[in-house]
Amino acid sequence: MAGVSQQMQKQGIHLPSFISGLLADPRHYQIIVLSSLILLGTFHFAFQLPWWHVVACIGSTVGTQAVADKVIGRKFDARSPLISALSLTLLLRTGSVTLSIAAGILAISSKYIIRWRGKHIFNPANFGLVILSLLFTGAWISPGQWGTAPIFALFLLGMGGIVTGKAKRWDVSIALLVSYAALLFGRALWLGDPFAIPVHQLQSGALLIFAFFMISDPKTTPDARLGRVLYAMLVASIGFTIQFAFYNAAGIILALILTAPIVPLFDRLFPAGRYHWPKFPMTKTGVSHETVQIPAQILTK
Amino acid sequence: MKQFKYLPKYLLSSAAAISALMIAPQASAFCGFYVAKADTDLFNQSSKVALVRDGDRTVITMANDYIGDPTEFAMVIPVPTVITKEQVHISDSSLLDHLDAYTAPRLVEYFDSNPCARREYDQVTVTGNRRMASVGAPMMEKEAKSLGVTIEESFSVGEYDILILSAKESDGLQTWLESNGYRVPKKAVKTLGSYIKQDMKFFVAKVNLEEKAKQGGEMLRPIAVAYESPKFMLPIRLGTVNANGDQDLFVYTLTRNGKVETTNYRTQKIPSDKELPIFIKDDFGDFYKDMYKISAKREGGHGVFMEYAWDMNWCDPCAADPLSNDQLKELGVFWLDEGRDIQPMPNPRRFRPKQMAKDVYVTRLHVRYDAESFPEDLKFKTTGDKQNFQGRYILRHAFDGDMECPEAEAYKKQVNARKETEIKTLANLTGWETKYIRTKIKTSGKGELFELDKPKKKSDWWNNIWPGEDE
Repeated sequence: MAGVSQQMQKQGIHLPSFISGLLADPRHYQIIVLSSLILLGTFHFAFQLPWWHVVACIGSTVGTQAVADKVIGRKFDARSPLISALSLTLLLRTGSVTLSIAAGILAISSKYIIRWRGKHIFNPANFGLVILSLLFTGAWISPGQWGTAPIFALFLLGMGGIVTGKAKRWDVSIALLVSYAALLFGRALWLGDPFAIPVHQLQSGALLIFAFFMISDPKTTPDARLGRVLYAMLVASIGFTIQFAFYNAAGIILALILTAPIVPLFDRLFPAGRYHWPKFPMTKTGVSHETVQIPAQILTK
Repeated sequence: MKQFKYLPKYLLSSAAAISALMIAPQASAFCGFYVAKADTDLFNQSSKVALVRDGDRTVITMANDYIGDPTEFAMVIPVPTVITKEQVHISDSSLLDHLDAYTAPRLVEYFDSNPCARREYDQVTVTGNRRMASVGAPMMEKEAKSLGVTIEESFSVGEYDILILSAKESDGLQTWLESNGYRVPKKAVKTLGSYIKQDMKFFVAKVNLEEKAKQGGEMLRPIAVAYESPKFMLPIRLGTVNANGDQDLFVYTLTRNGKVETTNYRTQKIPSDKELPIFIKDDFGDFYKDMYKISAKREGGHGVFMEYAWDMNWCDPCAADPLSNDQLKELGVFWLDEGRDIQPMPNPRRFRPKQMAKDVYVTRLHVRYDAESFPEDLKFKTTGDKQNFQGRYILRHAFDGDMECPEAEAYKKQVNARKETEIKTLANLTGWETKYIRTKIKTSGKGELFELDKPKKKSDWWNNIWPGEDE
C-alpha cells in the first residue's frame, strides 16, 4: 500500500498527508484487518463474543500501556496495545469479562517486565492467551471456531500478506506456513493418508491468524532474516509435535511461547538491525517513511 | 448406512465408533438409528455415542440398534489403548434413549390470554422431539503372529466375543480379518494402515450366539468401554470408506467443566428460539429434518451442530427428566462420588438439599458428514463454557374464545402480523415454499389467520386527526 502511495506521488498525485501517514505504518493495516475479522467472527460466524468483552480487553491493554509508559517515562502510543487486544479477543474464548481484562493486563505487563537487551521476550497477546488458558478453566483457545472455509482462508491469506509485507516480516509467516505444511504432508505420506487430510488441517483459520498476526510481530522475532526463517521452522516443528504427539490442538500457539525465550540466542547467532515502528509520519510532504534500520554494530557496542 | 447385498459377513466399524465398513442387508448400522416408531425415518443413517470425559479418562458407550441375524454382526473400532475385560461393560440401551430424549430439540407451546381480559399468564406444554429421542484359539493366534497381528486380549462380555488386536501392518491385519470371516473393503486397508502407524489398537466384537440365546430378545445391547488416553476423538474414517452419501452421528458428551466442541471442524449452534406456525406440532419431525438439512446446506451440506448444551441438574423446558445419578454412573460418569465422603455441616432440615448437585454438563452434537467434507477423524476439546443452549421452537396459540371489546381488533391484527412472520421464518429455516406452508395451515385448520373486519379504506395518519370529516 505504501507502494501505491509512492506510485501516486510519482504521478504527481498527492494524498492528503494524514492518509499517507495512515498508510505508512503497518500497524494501521493490522488494526483494520483484525477489527474486520472480529466483526466477521461476531456477525458471520456467530462467535460468542459480546462487545463489552472487546471493549474491556482494549481498555485493559491500552490502560496498562498508558500506566507503564508513564512509569518509565516513554511517550504513550495506543496502537500496539490495541493490536494485542484485538488478537486476544480473536483467539481467546471466555465467558468472563474479568478474565478478558486479566488477559489484557498480563499481556501488556509482560512487555515491560520480561525483557532482554532492550527487547521484550514474549509476544504480548500470545503470553496473555496461553497463561490465561492454562490457569483458568473459564478461558480457552478455540482452534476450531473459524472452520475451514477455503474462501475465507484465501481472504485471510491475502489480507495477511499485505499486513506482514508492510511489516517486513512476511518471511516469518511464509517460513512458518511452509514448514508446517511440509510436516503435515510428510505425516500424511508416512501414514498413507489422503492429501485431503493435510489440506484440511492447513485450512485452519486459527493457524492463519497465528501465522499472519502473531508470529509476524517484528518486535519479538529474530532480527536477521535467516534467524527468523530458522526460528519459524523451529516453532512449526514444536507446534506440530505438541499437536500430534501430545494431542493439544493449540500446539502452534503453545510453541511460540515455549520458543520465545531463545529468540535472543538467534539474535546473537545472526546479528542484524533491530526493527522499529515507523515514526508517526504526519509529515508536511506526505512522504511515507520507511523502516529505520540501525546497524548492528551500534547496538552490540 | 446403506445396504450392501453382496456382503456375506459384515464388518461394522465405528467411529468411536461407528463407521460401518459393511453392513447387513436387512439391518441398520451399529449405533445407527432407524427411528423406532414407524411414522418416520428421521436421520436414518445415523449412530449414537455417549462420551464421558474428564482429564485423560474416557468412557464411551455405543448404541446398537442392529436388528438382524446375530451371526452376521461384527464390528471393528480403532481404540487408543489395549482394552482388558474389566474395561468393557454391557450397558442398557434405555440409557442412551433417555439421554437422547433429555437433549432432543424441543417444541414449546404458549397460549395467548384473552385480550379482553389481559392477565399475564402463559401455559407451557412441552413436546420433546421423541422421534429423535427413540431415534434416536491357538490356531488363530499362530496365524495372527505370522501376519504381524497380535491378539492383545480375548474375552467375552455379555452377548459379545471381543478381541483386541494390534498390528504391524495393514495387509497382515486385512489378511487376518478376512481369513477369520470379516470382509474388509479394499479402500479401508489404507485407513487401517494409518491407524496402525498412529499406534491405535482394534476392538473387534462379534455376537456369541449361545449367550445371545440365553439373554433372549432381538436387540444387541450397547457396549461401553473405559480407557485412559490423551486422545479425545472419535474415529469416523473407516465408516466413510464404504458409505454412500451422508451419515449422521449424534455425540452426547458428559463432562465436568463445560461444553465440548470439535477442534478440527467448526462447531456451530443449530438455529433456535424460533416462532413457528401451529401446524408444526404435528409435523415437528419433518420440520426438524428439513431445518437441519438447510442449516447444513448453508455450510456446504455438512457440519457439526450443537443441539443441546446444559447443566445436567435441570432443564427448562424438560423434554425428559435429567438423568439420575445411577443412570449417569452406568454411563461411566466416574467422578460423581468424589468428595461425597465429606460430611456436610448439619443444617436445619429445611435447608438441606435433597441431593447434592451433580457436576455434569451435557453437550449434544449432531454431525452430518461424508468422506469428502470430513477427511479427518473428529477431535474434541472440553471448554470452560457453561452457557446453556438448547434447540427450542415455539408455538404461540392465539386466543380463540369470544372477544368482544375494542382491543380485540388490534389484537387480531397483531396476531395476523405475527403469523405472517412465522410463515416467513419457517420458509427461511426449512426451504419450504410459503405457498405450501399456507396450504398446510389451511388443511390442518390450526393457527389460521383471523378474519379481520373490512379494513377501512383509508388508513393514513391524518385520518386519525379529523375522524369522520369526509363522511
